[in-house]
Amino acid sequence: MITLLSGNEALALGAYHAGVRVATAYPGTPSTEILANIAKHEDVYAEWSTNEKVAVEVALGAAYGGARSVVSMKHVGLNVAADPFMAASTTGINAGLVFIVADDPGMHSSQNEQDTRYYAKLAKIPVLEPSDSQEAYDFMSLAFDISEQFDTPVLVRSTTRISHSKSAVNANRQRQSNPKIGFPRDYRKYVMLPANARQRHVQIEKRLLEVTAFTETLPVNKIEDGNSALGVISSGVAYQYARQTFPEASFLKLGMPYPLPKAMIKDFASKVKKLLVIEELDPFIEDSIKVMGIEVTGKSIIPLVGELNPDVVETCCRKAGLLPELGSKEGTDEKPALLGRPPLFCAGCPHVGIYFTLSSMGHRSSLSVRNKPGRESSMIITGDIGCYTLGALPPLSAMDTCACMGAGIGQALGLEKAGVTGDIIAVIGDSTFLHSGITPLVDAVYNNGKMTVIIMDNLTTAMTGHQDNPGTGKTAQGKATNRVDLEKLVRGIGVNDVQLVDAFDVKGIRNSVKKSLGNPELSVIIVRGNCQAQVKKKTTPMFIDRDKCTKCDLCAMTGCPAIQYQDGEIFINDNLCVGDVCGICRQICPQHAIGPKTSSVEGKAK
Amino acid sequence: MKNINLIMSGVGGQGTILASDIIAEVAIAAGYDTKKTDTLGMAQRGGSVVSHIRAGGKVYSPMIKDGQADIMLGFEKLEAMRWAQFLNEKSIVIVNNYKIPPATVNTGKATYPADEEIIGILKGKTSHVILVNGTEQAISLGDIRVLNIFLLGCASFLLPFEVQVWMDVIHKRLPAKIVPINVSAFSKGREEIQNGSF
Repeated sequence: MITLLSGNEALALGAYHAGVRVATAYPGTPSTEILANIAKHEDVYAEWSTNEKVAVEVALGAAYGGARSVVSMKHVGLNVAADPFMAASTTGINAGLVFIVADDPGMHSSQNEQDTRYYAKLAKIPVLEPSDSQEAYDFMSLAFDISEQFDTPVLVRSTTRISHSKSAVNANRQRQSNPKIGFPRDYRKYVMLPANARQRHVQIEKRLLEVTAFTETLPVNKIEDGNSALGVISSGVAYQYARQTFPEASFLKLGMPYPLPKAMIKDFASKVKKLLVIEELDPFIEDSIKVMGIEVTGKSIIPLVGELNPDVVETCCRKAGLLPELGSKEGTDEKPALLGRPPLFCAGCPHVGIYFTLSSMGHRSSLSVRNKPGRESSMIITGDIGCYTLGALPPLSAMDTCACMGAGIGQALGLEKAGVTGDIIAVIGDSTFLHSGITPLVDAVYNNGKMTVIIMDNLTTAMTGHQDNPGTGKTAQGKATNRVDLEKLVRGIGVNDVQLVDAFDVKGIRNSVKKSLGNPELSVIIVRGNCQAQVKKKTTPMFIDRDKCTKCDLCAMTGCPAIQYQDGEIFINDNLCVGDVCGICRQICPQHAIGPKTSSVEGKAK
Repeated sequence: MKNINLIMSGVGGQGTILASDIIAEVAIAAGYDTKKTDTLGMAQRGGSVVSHIRAGGKVYSPMIKDGQADIMLGFEKLEAMRWAQFLNEKSIVIVNNYKIPPATVNTGKATYPADEEIIGILKGKTSHVILVNGTEQAISLGDIRVLNIFLLGCASFLLPFEVQVWMDVIHKRLPAKIVPINVSAFSKGREEIQNGSF
């Protein structure tokens, strides 16, 4: 049966058919749908883990216990999980363990562009790289087989364009049974005291040699014979672009870009006049081929930065003389400078009230209406990763840093310890706080931090599509579970000044922030309100009474997408406004000109 | 088997991704090798969304090359103009005559391009530009959200797939409750192009 599956759906189905019993992940674009799809199967244990490090540790434990296990994350998640990732390579496994790591070339939704294949080389574990959904499905079964054959974790590298593209899949396997549950206690293999780890390192090197020999006959590394004038080596989605660009060339398609089949590459290189590597991001394959002493072209013509596509590959190859020049018109089409459509908070978003408060109290808004010219803001807001990172954008302009998950709290402490004056505030979402904000808050308690930490609790992991987290009381498989109480957690760490406020009560938020900034000790404010995009609650939309409105634009400073201009007049878009469920514009309007549309304001306006 | 490249663009929340899924499933069901890919930014909603759908005997890249789109379905005017690079003189462009102003326009920091500019850019590429009042039609059918299926109906007249295959996929992909209104939207869209004087 042929079905249309995304790369992520195919990876999930491939893992399921390979007999996976335990699946773990922390959500992250473009990897999120892998676990979300595995979790639909009731005969798999699937969890959203607190963070990627924990996800790897749970999957590793399950693999020790004889269950085929899979852990999925985005590329930067592997930075968080690097420690147990390396440990998994050292101890090896009992049942198969597969890491699926999705890179984001082009940074569609990421803070950097890193090439995960280097991690596989660092850990000395094999990496498989599918180039469409069929391979995504097929490679999962292969990954588990290799994992168990060589006692090694296996990394499957995806990219945004693989994970989020759909293509035909023949999902022709039945779910494998996985009968050997049990932990075979083995002190020398699983207890990494130095004496044991020294022995394991010897094993790792031996294993790598064995896998290298194995890759020479691995069917996923395959030569596609063509014209001998040009030989192209490629993997992943880049293979598709390369194949389309050079339909006549000879190809070596690498399903496993590490370790490389050296004899196969030497043989292929000897049969073609010119050797070209087309790969996305870093010269990972190219450099290894150069080390073998083989002349090869790659990143001198193919960009290191950004996502490839068929146009980029073709244009670069034309410039390098690998394809004939085109006439002047074709291929030189400039894109017109166009009005952008930056991402924005939804109407009714629980982050708007707190950001409006910080923006106005700190004199930070990009709208001139509220800020007297020349007034410099002394408020520093360190930020974090989630929907709320959009608070950095105008008109709110209420974030000064965003580095990686959980970094804002430590950065705030560092700014303070450096002696920087002014109000220092760290903002962080609920899921991000649980992911990696707890330890820096412990650090701030221990080292006498004085700053304000604001936890923006929208009761979900919103940005990646509303996954549950330890604060929501629901598991990845939709069952009720224990809920980690953020207020108790923060108090338990030793923060004495903890306030809980309603995300849609602007006065309450303002008073809390004032109180917190006035307190010379470390304080935490939890601003709690449901994510509108998740709960979709709506009441009568708001309306601006033109008789009362003085066009002060304060409501526009919220950045709410429902507040719009038409022919120079400000108005509230009925289709977008959620009404008093939010009501932030109504609360802040100094002229009391905003109210629900059915009330007397509308009548008066008419 | 003819190769078909289709670009679909709009604003998050308009249902472009479901629409591109449906076209791809129809193409697969009709026996075409098919790939599709969506590009969307960070935001849950409100950002630009563009989908590439490619069908043919054998498809390698899921992404369409500049100047290679046979059909463009624009769910919103600015978003249709944004991807004009994919058009050539034979491309057929169907644009929903509807504006969704970006936040910079809402806050008075930018101006939404005039219709003449948008149509000018598209017509500079191809003379086959068809404006349809999709949002208006969807609202008159009773739900603004059926816009995506209305536009699929428009595109269906230009694509080599049987109506029955479209119907099968629509029945499969949509909850039973909303199938009738979407089937009406599909027929309306198909008639719009069939009866149009283009």
